[in-house]
Amino acid sequence: MIAGVIAVVLLLAVAAYACAGGTDYGAGFWDLAAGGAARGERPRRLIDHAMAPVWEVNNVWLIFVLVIMWTGFPVFFQRAFTAMWLPLALAAVGIVLRGAGFALRKPARRLAGRRLYGAMFAVSSLLTPFFLGAAVGGVASGRVTAATTASTDAWANPTSVLFGLLAVATTALLGAVFLAADARRFAAPDLDGYFRRRALAALAVVAVLAVITLFVTHGDAPHVWHGLTHGVGLVFVVVSALATLATAWLLIRPSGAWSRVTAAGVVVSAVLGWGMAQRPYLIPTSLTVADGAGAHTTLRWLGLVTLVALVLIVPAVALLYWLDTRGELEGLTDADLRRPGAGDEG
Amino acid sequence: MHTAVSLLADAPAQMLPARSLMAFTLASHIILVPLGVALPLITLIMHGYGLRRNDPTALLLARRWSAVMAVQFAIGVVTGTVLSFEFGLLWPGMMGRWGDVFGIGFGVEAWAFFLEAVLIAIYLYGWRRLSSRTHFLLGLPLPAAALLGAFGILAANSWMNTPRGFSLDPAGNPVDVKIWKAIFTPMFGPQYWHFVVAMLVTAGYVVAGVYAVGWLRGRRDRYHRLGFTIPFTLAAVFTPVQFVLGDSIARQVFHKQPVKFAAMEIVWKTDTHVPEYLFGRMHPDGSISGGIRIPQLDSILAGFRPDTEVTGLTSVPAADRPTATQATLIHWTFDIMVGIGSLLVLLALWYALIWLRRRRLPASPWFFRCAAVAGLASVVAVECGWITTEVGRQPWIVYQNMRVAEAVTSTRSTSLWIMFGLVVVVYLVVFGSFLAVLLKMRTRWRLADGTTGEGPPPEQGPETETPETDTPYGPRSAGSRT
Repeated sequence: MIAGVIAVVLLLAVAAYACAGGTDYGAGFWDLAAGGAARGERPRRLIDHAMAPVWEVNNVWLIFVLVIMWTGFPVFFQRAFTAMWLPLALAAVGIVLRGAGFALRKPARRLAGRRLYGAMFAVSSLLTPFFLGAAVGGVASGRVTAATTASTDAWANPTSVLFGLLAVATTALLGAVFLAADARRFAAPDLDGYFRRRALAALAVVAVLAVITLFVTHGDAPHVWHGLTHGVGLVFVVVSALATLATAWLLIRPSGAWSRVTAAGVVVSAVLGWGMAQRPYLIPTSLTVADGAGAHTTLRWLGLVTLVALVLIVPAVALLYWLDTRGELEGLTDADLRRPGAGDEG
Repeated sequence: MHTAVSLLADAPAQMLPARSLMAFTLASHIILVPLGVALPLITLIMHGYGLRRNDPTALLLARRWSAVMAVQFAIGVVTGTVLSFEFGLLWPGMMGRWGDVFGIGFGVEAWAFFLEAVLIAIYLYGWRRLSSRTHFLLGLPLPAAALLGAFGILAANSWMNTPRGFSLDPAGNPVDVKIWKAIFTPMFGPQYWHFVVAMLVTAGYVVAGVYAVGWLRGRRDRYHRLGFTIPFTLAAVFTPVQFVLGDSIARQVFHKQPVKFAAMEIVWKTDTHVPEYLFGRMHPDGSISGGIRIPQLDSILAGFRPDTEVTGLTSVPAADRPTATQATLIHWTFDIMVGIGSLLVLLALWYALIWLRRRRLPASPWFFRCAAVAGLASVVAVECGWITTEVGRQPWIVYQNMRVAEAVTSTRSTSLWIMFGLVVVVYLVVFGSFLAVLLKMRTRWRLADGTTGEGPPPEQGPETETPETDTPYGPRSAGSRT
């Protein structure tokens, strides 16, 4: 019972990271695709401006996912990290590059420096989601077992590759949708259109990849395929498909409002659908939630810690996102860091 | 349990690269931790001071420190994320068996860190548009969130040193987990306070050191005096506290982890009237060469009496204790840490005496030279303390319950070496760029200060208090305010 609850908490945390972290990596994807220094300058500036205040928060979700994994389901954590060693190690390197590129690009002023850090940011935005997706694919297709060693066939297989590509496409979708909204907020209508076109393209790619994934999982990950086409899993697949259509419709309308909600809906319901399809397994057909769960006392405490934290954090996160979407959060500029100029605070 | 000899003979090939990688990434992360934990507090103190006295110089300092915090915090997030990955990539055996016993601390830490990330984002990006009061108030919970995060990490680490709160079933797996006992293990309290105060002191000296250098170069304006005095005073107040806490944790180690204490003090045989060695080297046969020998002192320090019995390394089999080389290493790191701590106490006393008698900063350039290196010295002390506690636990990853060799990943050692090489290169680039960015910020600010009417800094002149007479730089960039 409690193991099931914590498994749902884990799944929700994964969904949250997929949305928050996904938006961030998606922004990196569009940074990479923005073209030369002159042509890509405006989109890049918007990306920097929009991502900066919420960057850390977006990425802390991942730490929370890892902590629930090793505290709540230690055996699952051990097996996943043993079998998926290489993709996870590469994802970790990607995260370092992404964070460093983010942290260091803004203060770097020379173009060469900005190019270097920008390239770090952009390349890692492809690496990290792909390899995290590939690791998830290895879990979904049941390739992670107690006996699996860190060999390539554990992650270089059709399901893993497709999950990896799907992850990249999804981040591109989220990134473009959120950046289009940011462009509207900063009153840059040309960039709004720019990112909306890209969001539609990404949406089409996501839809195609999702259909291919369904066919591939039929043979490669039968348990997950069965779960996705029956019961609760099917419900989430349908919701995800509807959200996809709604996102497309909203993106071609002039206002574009609510497209962020529906795009996040696509991702969240896809993640939940995958999770529900895996029931009752953490790793299909070799490790159930009940078998992989840690001590009951710990799970109850983990639930309690989560509950207390939610009470503290939900208002804080809501405040942050609210302030951010209202444009109340702005980085310090050089003018703020010169003396004097402190007297006119507020 | 495996037999000791077989384990020594076939230590897995993964051990060395895994250890090297963990040691390297942790050592790098630790450099950022003092600023991560204590810089928000120091900045808030400066910010509050500026608001209360309506002091533009203090507010400028607080804003500039925020700009540094923004870069430092982001890099701390990534190096910290790498550490959580490494638990799985390097030590899956430990997490698989013990994750549910001691992981809850990380759960607390993850949420606390989450809260900190939210608050710090609001604080860093709220300078321009939030009202000054709201902005300051939203920043106030930051130090508490940092303390809570440290609580989680230290709970996990002290559990590895003195594991409690479970019993073992016949297969050697932990059952009957008692969370409360697993969090509040015997070493938790001493480690927690020693750590928190260390972070405060280190961050204080590091920040003050920057302005001490400026002072030595003749930039003796109010800006530098304020930037020096507030962090230095904070650090100086807590230095004697840390001295007492450090003494107390050493005695706790003596009681709760006697073998680690024996390695720290290179004690070979259990005995009374044990001498204290300052430095010196232990050989595999237990003999000691070099170093300064002070008769009786180790027993006195451990139990206040020369006839206190101190457990020696030979009280446990060779396979269950640190090697002579490891013992020598942590004896040195321990002595260096204590030495630096003692010197910092003297520095704090110097500062306090001048302040009490003359109500001003010490005038001697030697004071500022010492203050300038105090930051670096504190970082060295923090690294030494961490090496002492981690290497002193060897060969155990979970003291007396799991060896490092049992926890290490089965991934090929070649992959681990390649990963290690890659991480070293990436970290060198990242930390190098971090330093370059900080230096560039400094240069930019110094240039900006120079152009606002203050002119080049006077070479050896008397204290100049000119910022208030500066002409405003000009209108703010358009659209920065509503």
